[in-house]
Amino acid sequence: MEILEIIEERISVPAKKTVSITGSEAVLEAMIAEGVKTIFGYPGGAIMPIYDALYDYQDKLEHILVRHEQGAIHAAQGFARTSGKVGVVFATSGPGATNLVTGLADAQIDSTPLVCITGQVFAHLLGTDAFQETDVINITTPVTKWNYQVTDATEIPAALAKAFYIAKSGRPGPVLIDITKNAQVQKFDYEGYTKCKKVRSYRPKPIVRKEYIAQAAKLINEAERPFVIFGQGVILGEAENELKAFIEKGGLPAAWTILGLSALETGHPLNVGMLGMHGNYGPNVLTNECDVLIAVGMRFDDRVTGRLDKYAKQAKVIHLDIDPAEIDKNVKALAPVWGDCKETLPLLTELIEKKEHTAWLQRFHEATVKENEIVIYDELHPSKQEMSMGEVIDALNEFTKGDAVIVTDVGQHQMVACRYAKFTQSKSNVTSGGLGTMGFALPAAIGAKYGAPERTVVAIIGDGGFQMTLQELGTIMQFGADVKIIILNNRFLGMVRQWQELFNSRRYSFVDIQSPDFVMIAKAYGIAGKSISDRKDLRSTLKEMLEHEGSYLLEVMVGKENNVFPMVPQGCGVGEIRLK
Amino acid sequence: MKQEYTVTVYTENQVGLLNRIAIIFSRRKINIESLNTSPSEIESVHRFTIVINETEEVVRKLCRQIEKQVEVLKAYYNTNEEIVWQELALYKVPTDVIAEKVKVERLLRQFGARAVLIRKDYTVFETSGHREETEGLIKALEPYGLIEFVRSARVAIIKTSNGFHEKLKEFEQGEPGEEVVENEFLNKQEEVFSM
Repeated sequence: MEILEIIEERISVPAKKTVSITGSEAVLEAMIAEGVKTIFGYPGGAIMPIYDALYDYQDKLEHILVRHEQGAIHAAQGFARTSGKVGVVFATSGPGATNLVTGLADAQIDSTPLVCITGQVFAHLLGTDAFQETDVINITTPVTKWNYQVTDATEIPAALAKAFYIAKSGRPGPVLIDITKNAQVQKFDYEGYTKCKKVRSYRPKPIVRKEYIAQAAKLINEAERPFVIFGQGVILGEAENELKAFIEKGGLPAAWTILGLSALETGHPLNVGMLGMHGNYGPNVLTNECDVLIAVGMRFDDRVTGRLDKYAKQAKVIHLDIDPAEIDKNVKALAPVWGDCKETLPLLTELIEKKEHTAWLQRFHEATVKENEIVIYDELHPSKQEMSMGEVIDALNEFTKGDAVIVTDVGQHQMVACRYAKFTQSKSNVTSGGLGTMGFALPAAIGAKYGAPERTVVAIIGDGGFQMTLQELGTIMQFGADVKIIILNNRFLGMVRQWQELFNSRRYSFVDIQSPDFVMIAKAYGIAGKSISDRKDLRSTLKEMLEHEGSYLLEVMVGKENNVFPMVPQGCGVGEIRLK
Repeated sequence: MKQEYTVTVYTENQVGLLNRIAIIFSRRKINIESLNTSPSEIESVHRFTIVINETEEVVRKLCRQIEKQVEVLKAYYNTNEEIVWQELALYKVPTDVIAEKVKVERLLRQFGARAVLIRKDYTVFETSGHREETEGLIKALEPYGLIEFVRSARVAIIKTSNGFHEKLKEFEQGEPGEEVVENEFLNKQEEVFSM
């Protein structure tokens, strides 16, 4: 009797809809639920069940098989940077996972949202030095925003929901989920996927405090020489319009960090240029003359500030940042405006007076004239027979009109490209800023193309960096990402050589790097290409490259011992910037 | 000026979190003098007590880096004046010595030591106090054949604290940018996203 009642009760309550699926299928279901369309990855033993499941999901998920896991993660970074979405990586355990570490560190320091799924050995083998077992969680802890090891399939939906939420919210960053093989094959009752909206111990953004907004507005209204410096926070917060409204109302000259580049179009009358070690003359020198310094979504990296005790000591500092740990970390802020700049900038704009700081802005123009005379004119119109990196970028601008995505590697060409490339829209500059990862550009450009398929993607790479990840030409060959590659070849590891010239009395220690025939290599991968060393071929070949259907590799031989100026030498203040 | 600071961290109970917190110190080559972790007064919330020797500026920045970790609820730092703290120590001494020497018995009384285990061959005493106090008893017992000694990490209570809930509210008023709703879910485990 009793038993019957229980059975009846069970029947009367509609059973929760569940289906039995494997952990691997749950991973892919999570991808679909999170709107993921493209995955960059490389299979291996410990992630085989996920790849087996992927076989049946090929119509819903596009998987790009790279040539090295580092290529996968840099591609995911490029994807995230141009699309504003979370980049996704699959890799196997052991070496597959350790190959992700450079990219994780890069994404962590440059706040790029990623979700990396790594396979792991069976849970019962953890700690036994099993084949391809490494302690991925502990290896990646310092270079991830969050990481988690899943050993039971039932955890997968929630773990992935949390991973996507943490990667994208607040100050974005890379998240790694390590899934043991047993969890991948385990069947469980799947109740569907619920997106994560809250983690109680995690506060994506601090609450906005009106009193600091008011204080900041007062400082700006009283300022005679206010100066805005902005970083990637503006792009990550999608606050480009808010920034523009803010500086336009206040008549505020604004300069950018390397990762802030393209948040404000380079042609904007209030865009006064680039900050930092190889930034423009005006923004650096006048940092030490402004009376109020307004930092928006930037973290006062040492490459921006130079010597801290000589940095903006005269200025009252307003710092807008989403990450409370950044406030007062390097530079003390008088008005700490914690919060998402998408929210704080409009509040600030509302309180500031409409002004034009004509005389102050004129100071920046004067500095530009000086920099033009001593540096820029010569860089863009060299009198030497050899081509300069600057003139290549300048010629490229003529064709792209600033509409292309420019992906750069690390070194002299990176500084030159960032200094001279023109941008008309946001999310167009992809570079390894904080970590300075050589080899970043080629795979990142592939990812950038998937992130913004309708846009022209031009990767600008040095001869050194290109040789670090050139195997990704194979990825282009197989999957056809239309990436235009420009190698600026100066037959040197140029940036280190420049330092050796300036600071180590020209003792060129192991910077003389030889390169293969890059055009032949491209050809071997079925990619069109050309190498030029004569100025008269530059524009026609750039045109040919941009009009070419599919990828194209253009090698431009440039001056061997050209230097990037201006330069704030290490250990100097921004006011001590050298023009030559 | 460098001085002793006690960092109190409230966290979720999660595998790997100890490492995440520890590397914040080791990355900056800061030595952890003492570390204790155990469940707090709130179910499922763990409490770390970490002692370091640093300047206030460094400690403040460290606490912000700790709080930045996803599973960390809150981190506080206090000087020794602002806390009450204890360390527990255990001493293993030959039983015959204690039985025979009146002096030893007096010593133990003086240090407030309590016998935890008495066997024919040895006796284990327990005492608690500040470092100097537990240290003092070692010195005193050494001449009488101290066999073994062990001391725990520091545990500390913040004098002004009214428990985590209260301190949180106070902190929210006293510091800019604290999300007031932060504590809303603290005792509502079922509403919390968990795995």
